[in-house]
Amino acid sequence: MAVKYHGAGVQLKAVMVKDLTKSFGTFQAVKGVTFSVEEGEVFGLIGPNGAGKTTTMRMLSTLLQVTSGTATIFGKDLVTETDEIRKIISYLPEEAGAYKNLTGRRYLEFIARFFGNGEDVEKMVDYGISLSNLADRIDDKVETYSKGMTRRLLVSRALMFKPRLAILDELTSGLDVISAQHVRRTVRDTTKDGTTIIVSSHNMLEVELICDRLALIADGRVVEMGSPAELKDKYDADNIEEVFVKAVSP
Amino acid sequence: MRPLSNIFSKEVRELLTPATVLPIVVLAILFGSLGGIMGDVGGEASKPPIIGIIQQDDSELANYTAMILDSESDVVYKSTDIANIDEGLKAVSSAGGTALLVIPQGFGDDIQSNRSGTIRVYWIMKGTGMLDTISSASLDGLLGVTDKMLSMYILENEDMRASVNVTTALNPTIKNETTTFKGQTLEGISPSSISATLSSQNMVVPLIVLMVIIMSGSTVIASMGLEKENKTLETLLTMPVKRSHIVIGKLGGAAVVGLLMAFIYMLGMSSYLNSLQGSAGLNLSDYGIGLETLDFVLVGLSLFLAVVAGLGLCLVIGVFARDYKSAQSLTMPITFLAMIPMFVLMMKDFATLPGAVQAGLFAIPFTHPMMAMNNLMFGDYTLVVAGIVYEAIFASAMMAVAVILFKKDILVTGRKKKREGKEVRTWPRRR
Repeated sequence: MAVKYHGAGVQLKAVMVKDLTKSFGTFQAVKGVTFSVEEGEVFGLIGPNGAGKTTTMRMLSTLLQVTSGTATIFGKDLVTETDEIRKIISYLPEEAGAYKNLTGRRYLEFIARFFGNGEDVEKMVDYGISLSNLADRIDDKVETYSKGMTRRLLVSRALMFKPRLAILDELTSGLDVISAQHVRRTVRDTTKDGTTIIVSSHNMLEVELICDRLALIADGRVVEMGSPAELKDKYDADNIEEVFVKAVSP
Repeated sequence: MRPLSNIFSKEVRELLTPATVLPIVVLAILFGSLGGIMGDVGGEASKPPIIGIIQQDDSELANYTAMILDSESDVVYKSTDIANIDEGLKAVSSAGGTALLVIPQGFGDDIQSNRSGTIRVYWIMKGTGMLDTISSASLDGLLGVTDKMLSMYILENEDMRASVNVTTALNPTIKNETTTFKGQTLEGISPSSISATLSSQNMVVPLIVLMVIIMSGSTVIASMGLEKENKTLETLLTMPVKRSHIVIGKLGGAAVVGLLMAFIYMLGMSSYLNSLQGSAGLNLSDYGIGLETLDFVLVGLSLFLAVVAGLGLCLVIGVFARDYKSAQSLTMPITFLAMIPMFVLMMKDFATLPGAVQAGLFAIPFTHPMMAMNNLMFGDYTLVVAGIVYEAIFASAMMAVAVILFKKDILVTGRKKKREGKEVRTWPRRR
């Protein structure tokens, strides 16, 4: 795993999150999350529904305002440098959709134009099409796509411009086994280009397959963090699911 | 019966929501207000017209004519000196009157010489709305009755019958009309003919504004609803683009589509209205009433700002749309806001409305382009410019609010309802 150094030997993490909280009125969804992600790493956030994974990801994606705590993405402050952060990140929500009256190609072009012009757009779109594996169907309207095809289009949208950080919420949500495997492979391959990935999932098998490290989140807090092997070792567990149960059990 | 009542109460609960009830309440209030205005006008029509009379001629026929007019109307000014026209107009105008009538020297002699006697009518026009000309129509009717009664008086009088020919006896009077409106004096035309000429404009211009607002407004609200329904909004909000650019882009797109749709709609509508109006109207430019280039620029600016203001308001409302269906119900307030000035201004001129109604209408940005053309035709720039300034402020404020909302969590998390101290998030349901 590549670790970059910035300035006089100061290590530059891809993501640094410290005591991050998020409240909605009196309800506190995230209660002081702290973690860091190395560049080129696939970092997993796992936990049950309502644990605070999506809220954390939405804060890192600049969608939600931070209540307290700090976070930097490639050295840029999440609160004060949101415009800069949006240029280098990509966020894929769990329930994302695409504009139904556009073709897959036009949708990719629409997104690519936010990140470049002319030839750059063409290159991004070509790369996106290859990632999506949609072949001729790329010129069909999105409304004719199956759920799996739409998700593949959205994953390729999120990765086609080679963001420095991709935040992928429930990466393979609703996908069949074949499509899920294709998407996981695509994501894993993207890290070879230096893209850092934060991914959330309910699927513990998936987490083990693609994550270099992961954080277990429960009730708005990180309860455990480490590589899948380290965690299984620590909890004397056969798989991450077992780790999770043991980690959150009182 | 329990399953039946269960289904029944579920249906009632689902259908009886603020979104379904509010439009009906607003509609009821709207019709109630219109009914109030119509009632006032009805009352005004049944009252004798308020007039002034300058009677220069002292003949028997002139005295009889003045006597009829005096008995059937509320005369607030009387004189025998033609030099007092301005004074008479002022007195009638300040009493809220309709016209100053002049029975000129030689009125009786003209009739007895087989020439119709001229009654000069100096109309004081209050407004261009359909209902603003009720009082002048009432006086017009009285002048018709006076003509008939004078005719009977001549025919019943043996001496006169002998000297006046039948044609003159049957139509003893003619009107010579001059109308003053917003400081302008228009010779040879009556308020009703001006109103009839402007009626097409009074119908078409508010309809164009209404259609533009509804078409573009519903487009922008629906766009927000679709973004949420299709789950594309979150992706859009993480793109490297300023929130203000998203707002301007959405408003611009909706404005173009709305204007295009309204243009197509109005092509058909104006053709239909023109066929109804026919050639009834006058050519007001013959009387020096028309629009200069600057006036058209002001009308265009007023319409543009009203569209921007309306779209800004729609975008703010659209933030609260949960999906496409809820977005459609959210267009109702905008539709009503545009319908209120349209209906009111069709009926009554802004200047003739009570102060509170004027204030209410002025606060609605869509009112200004609806009445701009009429005001500019009669040289009333103050109201038009004030309206444009207000629209600009309103549009800026709405866009600023929209940009602020686009930076807030509410766009992603939806609005919260407070119930018994607990917060309930209505959209989306998951965190």
